[in-house]
Amino acid sequence: MAKNGNKLVERFKYLKRGKVINDGWTEESPRSRDSEDIYRRRWQHDKIVRSTHGVNCTGSCSWKIYVKDGIITSETQQTDYPSTGDDFPEYEPRGCPRGASFSWYTYSPARVKYPYVRGDLYELWKEERKNGGNPVKAWENIQSDPEKRSRFVKARGKGGFVRAEWKDVCELIASATIYTIKKYGPDRVAGFSPIPAMSMVSYAGGARFLSLIGATILSFYDWYADLPPASPQVWGEQTDVPESADWFNTKYFIIWGTNLPQTRTPDAHFMVEARYNGTKVVGVSPDYAEYEKFADLWLPARAGTDGALAMAMTHVILKEFYVKQQTPYFVDYVKKFTDLPFLVILREHGEEYRTDRFFRASDLNDSHKLDEWKTAVWDESTSQIEVPNGTQGHRWDGGSNWNLDLTKEDGSVIDPKLSFIDDSDEVTQVTFPYFAEEDGGTLTRGVPVKHITDSIGNKLIVTTVYDLMMAHVGVDRGLLGDYPKDYNDDKPYTPAWQESITGVNKNHVIQIAKEFADNAARTKGKSMIALGGGTNHWYHSDQIYRAILNLILLTGSQGVNGGGWAHYVGQEKVRPTEGWNVVSFASDWGNAARLQNGTSFFYFATEQFRYESEINKENTTWSSKYNNMHPADVNALSARLGWLPSFPQFSQNSIDIVKESRESGAKTDKEVIDDVVRKIKAGEIEWAIENPNDPRNFPRVFFNWRSNLLGDSGKGHEYFAKHLIGGDHQVMTDAKNSWQPETVNVSEEPPEGKTDLFVSIDFRMTSSGLFSDIVLPAATWYEKFDISSTDMHPFIHPFNAAISPPWQAKSDWDSFREIAKVFSELAEEHLPATEELLMRPLGKDSQDEIAQAFGKIKDWRTGEVEAIPGKTMPNLQVIPRDFPKVYEKMITVGPEMKKGYGGKGVKIPGEKVFEELKSRLGVSKKEGIGKGNPDLYTDKKAIDAILLMSGASNGKRAVEGWKSLEAKTGQKLTEIAEERAEEDFTLRELTIQPRTSISTPVWSGMEKDGRRYSPFTVNTEYNIPWRTLTGRQSFYLDHEMILDFGEGLPLYLPPLNKGPFLKRDKGVEDNGKSITVRYLTPHQKWGIHTMFTEAMPMTQLFRGWQVVWMNEEDGASIGIKDNDFIEVYNRNGVIAARAVLTYRIPKGMVYMYHAQDRTMGVPGTAINKKRGGTHNSVTRITLKPTHMIGGYSQLSYGFNYYGPTGHQRDTMAIVRPLKEVDWLEN
Amino acid sequence: MRIKAQVAMVMHLDKCIGCHTCSVTCKNTWTNRPGTEYMWFNNVETRPGPGYPKRWEDTDRYKGGWELKNGKLTLRAGGPITKLANIFYNPNMAEMEDFYEPWTYDYDNLIHSPKKENLPVARPVSQITGKFIDKPEWGSNWDDDLAGGSEIVPLDPNVQKMQEHIKMEYEKTFMMYLPRICEHCLNPSCVASCPTGALYKRDEDGIVLVDHDACRGWRFCQNGCPYHKVYYNWHTHKAEKCNFCYPRTEAGLPTICSETCVGRIRYIGVVLYDADKVKEAASVKDPQDLYEAQLGCFLDPFDPEVQEKAKEAGITDAWLEAAKDSPVYKMAIKWKIALPLHPEYRTMPMVWYVPPLSPIMNHITNEDELNTDGYIPAVDQMRIPIEYLASILAADDKEVVRKVLLKLSAMRVYMRGKTVGGVDEFRQSELVKEANTSPEEIEEMARLLGIAKYDERYVIPTGRREMDDDLHYKQGTCSLEDLAPAEGENLTIGLMKVRDKL
Repeated sequence: MAKNGNKLVERFKYLKRGKVINDGWTEESPRSRDSEDIYRRRWQHDKIVRSTHGVNCTGSCSWKIYVKDGIITSETQQTDYPSTGDDFPEYEPRGCPRGASFSWYTYSPARVKYPYVRGDLYELWKEERKNGGNPVKAWENIQSDPEKRSRFVKARGKGGFVRAEWKDVCELIASATIYTIKKYGPDRVAGFSPIPAMSMVSYAGGARFLSLIGATILSFYDWYADLPPASPQVWGEQTDVPESADWFNTKYFIIWGTNLPQTRTPDAHFMVEARYNGTKVVGVSPDYAEYEKFADLWLPARAGTDGALAMAMTHVILKEFYVKQQTPYFVDYVKKFTDLPFLVILREHGEEYRTDRFFRASDLNDSHKLDEWKTAVWDESTSQIEVPNGTQGHRWDGGSNWNLDLTKEDGSVIDPKLSFIDDSDEVTQVTFPYFAEEDGGTLTRGVPVKHITDSIGNKLIVTTVYDLMMAHVGVDRGLLGDYPKDYNDDKPYTPAWQESITGVNKNHVIQIAKEFADNAARTKGKSMIALGGGTNHWYHSDQIYRAILNLILLTGSQGVNGGGWAHYVGQEKVRPTEGWNVVSFASDWGNAARLQNGTSFFYFATEQFRYESEINKENTTWSSKYNNMHPADVNALSARLGWLPSFPQFSQNSIDIVKESRESGAKTDKEVIDDVVRKIKAGEIEWAIENPNDPRNFPRVFFNWRSNLLGDSGKGHEYFAKHLIGGDHQVMTDAKNSWQPETVNVSEEPPEGKTDLFVSIDFRMTSSGLFSDIVLPAATWYEKFDISSTDMHPFIHPFNAAISPPWQAKSDWDSFREIAKVFSELAEEHLPATEELLMRPLGKDSQDEIAQAFGKIKDWRTGEVEAIPGKTMPNLQVIPRDFPKVYEKMITVGPEMKKGYGGKGVKIPGEKVFEELKSRLGVSKKEGIGKGNPDLYTDKKAIDAILLMSGASNGKRAVEGWKSLEAKTGQKLTEIAEERAEEDFTLRELTIQPRTSISTPVWSGMEKDGRRYSPFTVNTEYNIPWRTLTGRQSFYLDHEMILDFGEGLPLYLPPLNKGPFLKRDKGVEDNGKSITVRYLTPHQKWGIHTMFTEAMPMTQLFRGWQVVWMNEEDGASIGIKDNDFIEVYNRNGVIAARAVLTYRIPKGMVYMYHAQDRTMGVPGTAINKKRGGTHNSVTRITLKPTHMIGGYSQLSYGFNYYGPTGHQRDTMAIVRPLKEVDWLEN
Repeated sequence: MRIKAQVAMVMHLDKCIGCHTCSVTCKNTWTNRPGTEYMWFNNVETRPGPGYPKRWEDTDRYKGGWELKNGKLTLRAGGPITKLANIFYNPNMAEMEDFYEPWTYDYDNLIHSPKKENLPVARPVSQITGKFIDKPEWGSNWDDDLAGGSEIVPLDPNVQKMQEHIKMEYEKTFMMYLPRICEHCLNPSCVASCPTGALYKRDEDGIVLVDHDACRGWRFCQNGCPYHKVYYNWHTHKAEKCNFCYPRTEAGLPTICSETCVGRIRYIGVVLYDADKVKEAASVKDPQDLYEAQLGCFLDPFDPEVQEKAKEAGITDAWLEAAKDSPVYKMAIKWKIALPLHPEYRTMPMVWYVPPLSPIMNHITNEDELNTDGYIPAVDQMRIPIEYLASILAADDKEVVRKVLLKLSAMRVYMRGKTVGGVDEFRQSELVKEANTSPEEIEEMARLLGIAKYDERYVIPTGRREMDDDLHYKQGTCSLEDLAPAEGENLTIGLMKVRDKL
């Protein structure tokens, strides 16, 4: 008999009086509390599973996923991170409202549950396949019939999907891929998937397949404009930043254009809490952003003028802490760790002197190896030029002097001289470039110099980078020239000068600069600047960053815990990178992947280069040749000199190219390449980049996974829609109105609908899905296994399946494995093993980076140099492709990895690892070339393979890595990781509890002794050079093109004022109520890119989508009220949205927070009567030519490391009311 | 003295990053189902702004909480007679437009749209009518980060009170966040408002709940609560409200909103109070005396007499120890840096708030003024007007708020001096004195606010199950009780019932 009471009786209990207390005010009642069980039962659950979210948010947070009654009900954050120490805030909890809403997707009506194919295409396909014929031929029939092709291409973006079976869809995809490889070449198959760190194995699934077939894999970090080009320029490092807990160590924190609470939600507390430990916080932002809430002072700098503010602060710091008084800590630091003492040659330029390249050892005498790559300083003690260790030349000369030790062979120590101010041979008037809104020009200022005679008797004038900085920044040291007299003199670059540009009070600039440096002097570098999208997404982001980094470097704050730059844009940090590289790009099978920089690819593929405008040119008389070239022409130059990659490579099929050379008698690979070079020189083999409108060079098959390319990162969205996709678009201009390139051949009308097959893999229907031909159902992050890492914290987090993939969803690893299987089966008949020509650019961290000495541009085409692959032009290589074996290679680890692997010049021996992999993963039993190799069939095995192969997750690998660096540097390094040599992470172990990653030489910071990760501490504490020309942190860049652009030293360049329309454009008839504004797209609060924005909790927490924030007075001026519909437009496209009016944002600019996507609540535009666009409908990319430099030290190409960025901030647009709401239901 | 223990919360507004994670995790756990669309047991408001539901602080409109009438504590909405008169139409009740019309989207159209002329879109749909709408017009957080600007901000009743002092201009912008849950008051007016007595305050931990078996859906609790934290479920026709996650606190776990608070602003701990003092304290005449009066109800867990009386009242050692380590006790009572939300409502709320610091106004450029405290600005130059904070947290008593801000500033200055130096020691000690604190207290505060380890933020003893049931029996039967017929029920009917349930 149960002891629970009778419900009926219970119900009457409340009628009974209880005990009255508190002066008759309160009654203690004996009533039943059975109803409390209702909520108790809701809280009970079956299990909790550890997983995370893979969404390029940089969070990489560990979550508890609750499963109740077999259903995923919700998620909350894990709190079991390893401790940061007794007197330090912990990482728990990590997570944000976006992540907390993710479970909504599992069962939501937006879920893609089955494979979908565009109806028109599927009908055609089934028609062709009906007679049971050959599927590759079926695809050919559809593609070669213009009417058939047009039928489904024109249907893109118009609904009408039909459900299909995986088997049939894989066959369609494989057939299209095989047909494309045969007809055009493997590099016409392209894949885009961003940010491997957010789900490494899901990335690797696709990348491994595409690598094995020789397809083009597109970069993302530069394309997203998250890459700060200043980082490779200054440090020779893609990006390396402090983990967020290190913010607690800083004592002075400037937050500069990165909205920490809004976009680094799980990390912001470290900043907040540091304030209670006495840290001062200063915020720089044009609007009263969320982080200003935590600032002690808000500096409201106008959008895009941050460089001016930073230059003025540089001016103050140099004046106060180097001239008025010398700060010993700063002076010691810059002498040892920066290029300030290095010598630069001054050259006559017409009537004036300009700065030229660094002085090299080869200028003195050319007696040592690679002397032309060894830069020099003036030794204070011997009063002569000395070549310190650690330069680029030392890195590759085969010796072990690549270190920052200033001791010479004879035991004496070099004391690098910073300035010749006291013992100059002469004061030379040097001309510096100056850029400003209206009156760009030059500045001429006196610089103390030394006279030197070089090895062949030339008289050289040299000075130090330090003396150049002083003159350039305008710090008065009693020298003649156009120096400002004090801070109130509004000559460049004083606090008074910046006030009219930034709007920031000059006294605040002086105060903050002084405090920042004073704090650093007191704390030995614990001054930090967080920066991000607000300062980085500009055309001139590199110069903005370099100006800000001045403050960091001049105060000795970099390479110090609690100090330095803290750049957070994008989740670029793949901690277990060595193993991930092998698995992703299939180098274990001796493969070399086609790694293409995304920005250049999309610039051409979407024809955006046809819409260039000359107004982008600088307002200056400084530059001559390169700054006047069309960016497409510079890109073509860059490709042929081997700087940037360029896929597709040639108009001819790379398989046919080798075949023809063989047929004409070439026996060895070298003979093939010689033949190819001859043909290239003769113009018989054509560069695809110079013929982007040739149908042979279209990206024919396109894979888009883990990404919403079209609804999110596709800057110039309407150009994507028009030219790549061939669907409806709202491009408001004509190529005829635009600036056209000279060396790149173009057709009369830019082609439309270039791609034959666009495949998306996703668990939700985004703009990309809506325009795709095929949408495959992906497993969500709670339904698969994977790993994730970030630079915000030191852990590697697992994804685990809380439920198995429901409906017909598959993990990305499984999807590509299935496609590969069908591909290989069809290849048996249609695409047998062959070989092809692979072209690759001069790569960073290899000897390629010393290919082009002195940074002088020499074009083989004009006969300035010989065409030598790997030297004056790209590397060329004959590579075998065994297409029928792709599947077998896909699912096993190949034996080539026994030869060793690594990254960033660090090498790990592979024999032992290969054996360890066999026992950890088991061996493949499948008949074929992979039999007996380590098994890589499942995502779980791929995870354990990556972890075992990488230093961050395997102590032995870390020690081996440090050992390989010891040889080059002559420094003792293995101790950094030895204490953790026995650690060996596995998926299972990471699932039990997060683990702190192990210090490895592929990164520049240390997790040693429980300290917080701060970049470049290895450099400052272990004498390891930066991977730059001088081996030091760079203030000065001496490449010919950089100097041509006037950017040798950090300086301020105003944002490009891309007007909404060009004079020749038709424009839109003015209805009297419009306003032209700067159009900005900072990251939003209610989604991570387009992810989460459609989730119900997120829509209800604000206003639904999509909205544009603007100043309320600007709104009133065009007669709109809060929440009214508006149109935003310019020559690039038209957006329909609602306005959010506020006084928090200044006049003259609008925020359309990034990536709300156009899938929800977006009506038609009045201008074109078409569906309103995305936030990227009014943007268009322009490539900055200096980012295309290569083959030169730190300015060498690396995938996602250096290259032009797809910035979008320099945009102007028009806003006007949208009166009629038309849902376009026809 | 009648000692009771309450599990209470402090929210440190200076730490709040306004991310709304608390709202989402709470909603996913408790109100993610039909009938609860507009229910946010936890919500976060940007201030200045009207809050949710719109203008909830407008007591003239909603008539929530208590007032003193002829020296007697009475419900503002009126006693039983008024209630009876309004039982079928309550004019004070918030309406849908004060909340919002929940909406969804026609997501399915994205996947299954037939071939059409234009790109498919998911149109917004009202969750009330099921019909398409062009756009939502209001929401639970419509004015996030000052969205709506001077069209919406002046709706804030606190702003209206001080209209001339707040400038809605770009240069003078300020904002703060105010996360809100049920206050689990010592003197809950929702409980008193219910005609059927369906709301109650739990004896063992002070959590205020709705008895779902007793609730008849009269909805007087909804506006009877001056914080507007009781909601009506249109699907079940019952009231629902924040339950302080008692299924978790009973197990010693913090509430969902607290554990998932990524700003780490929330603190939970036990507070002891004298139940016999509540009425008197809530009845003090001057609203500005209510704060001190409420503090006067709390008992010192270190006082031997209190300890003894507590034991007599059935409070166990574990709860007593927890009361000693309680972060709420420290912040609200010992250091007096946490303040009650609108004490003038006389409900004696038990969720306390540390007021936020803010950047100084930019017009101050005198270098001397700025540098006095070693870079940390002085409280009277801050952007958020003290008057505004006082309107929310101190019944307009500015001095109460100023004291807290001074303490927080003194803490920052002292800690900067300790970790960096460069602070004028004389001025530092003057500031510490002025803030009525000491180095020892500051270091304790800096640890709890800054380092804030999990088990220092949440000190929660588990629920006292040993007091109620036959636990030996329960061990095997819990949640299986319904398999057997209830005690005393007709066996035949009982068996049929068993079958029904299976």
